[in-house]
Amino acid sequence: MPETQRVPIKLKVNGKLSELEVEPRMLLVEMIREALDLTGTHVGCDTSFCGACTVLLNGLPVKSCTVFAVQADQGEVLTVEGLACQDELHPIQQAFVIQHGLQCGYCTPGMEISAYYLLSKNPSPSEKDIRKAIAGNTCRCTGYQNILRAIETAAEMMRR
Amino acid sequence: MYPRPFHYHRASSLKEAATLLAELGEEARPLAGGQSLIPLMKLRFANPSHLVDLNFIPGLSYVKQDAGTFRFGPLTRHAEVEHSEIAARIPIIHDCAAGIADVQVRNRGTMAGSLAEADPSGDWAPVLLTLETQVCCLGPKGERPVPLAQFIEDAYTTVLDPDELISEIAVKAPPTNSGGAYLGFKRCAPVYPSAAVAVQLTMEDGLCREARIYLAAVGLTPIRASEAEAALAGRPIDPQTTRAAAEAARATADPQPDMRGSADFKRQLIFTLTQRAVDVAARRACGEHVEVSHIYA
Repeated sequence: MPETQRVPIKLKVNGKLSELEVEPRMLLVEMIREALDLTGTHVGCDTSFCGACTVLLNGLPVKSCTVFAVQADQGEVLTVEGLACQDELHPIQQAFVIQHGLQCGYCTPGMEISAYYLLSKNPSPSEKDIRKAIAGNTCRCTGYQNILRAIETAAEMMRR
Repeated sequence: MYPRPFHYHRASSLKEAATLLAELGEEARPLAGGQSLIPLMKLRFANPSHLVDLNFIPGLSYVKQDAGTFRFGPLTRHAEVEHSEIAARIPIIHDCAAGIADVQVRNRGTMAGSLAEADPSGDWAPVLLTLETQVCCLGPKGERPVPLAQFIEDAYTTVLDPDELISEIAVKAPPTNSGGAYLGFKRCAPVYPSAAVAVQLTMEDGLCREARIYLAAVGLTPIRASEAEAALAGRPIDPQTTRAAAEAARATADPQPDMRGSADFKRQLIFTLTQRAVDVAARRACGEHVEVSHIYA
């Protein structure tokens, strides 16, 4: 077994610069949760299926259980904690509350990051667009209908 | 889940990556999109001692066209292909790119990685096999082009030496009277298709001049459905010839029963998907704009 290597990395998470040393095998999601203590990002299946761990890496949604932390070096990460503006929830978060877009809430952080990316690219998505955007986010409670409504409501709120 | 510990190397050029792989030996692996390799490492099915990260090498993600050839870079992501001008013009490329897993996986996973992994259920190999595709392999000794049909030898096995990398994928642009379609049946977005069919047809005076049909996820490698192609060549594409081709494709499929379904179920999927893909490909070859996507359970 090779001796433990530690790689220095520097990245911005939710706008804040972090410098840390990581083992190469540390996954991005573990770095976010355990090294940076941002536990909003969830580990669901841990197999790249469910999307609970979705974050934006350099502006694009990725499953952070399937990226090594060292690969985020020199990059920017946005997690669900970065959506709210101080004490005010982001319109996407407000819309999930209004439309009951969650039950247990486990998938919600990933769902909201996927919605955030969709609405930043497409302010008026059709239902089909929304379904495609969240195809990589699994919810085992809601049956998705309220999530679709929440994202539609968020789009309306953000267009105002 | 953590992979076994490994040493991490960051290459600054493709040449350097190949040299590193040569120095580090067979226990080293290149890291491109990582969307198959990282899950395999987490499950400890793959246990490389060294990873050579290609993601910090500038200029490897591109989609371009010159003199009738499409060129895809060694780090071109599925999402880049999906949104490219080439995908807008060549429908089978769009069908494939847009149908791979989900937004998140398409943002990381690469076309070259898909070919190099040679998963029996991979999407790019069957699609690119219906077009004329060359895979450029770069090693410490230089570069060599390999036709895609010879590149994949077996399940998870290619002609790539351990110190070789894909440096480019070159695809000959099909003629304007040619149209294709890639259709699969999927249980849900993030998973591989249970079965899929890639069809590219060239039409002339109402007859099919050339047909290329490859079956995906129903054999150890993509299977060329030569008898299905012969059922169409020189004939009009009508319900009778389409059905004959679909029956031939069903007979050619060699599926294994697994969690995605029984062998009979997959053969039946091949029959139905071939019928639909031939119909769409023929209409596209005649200039019709037809939007399709995989069928989701």
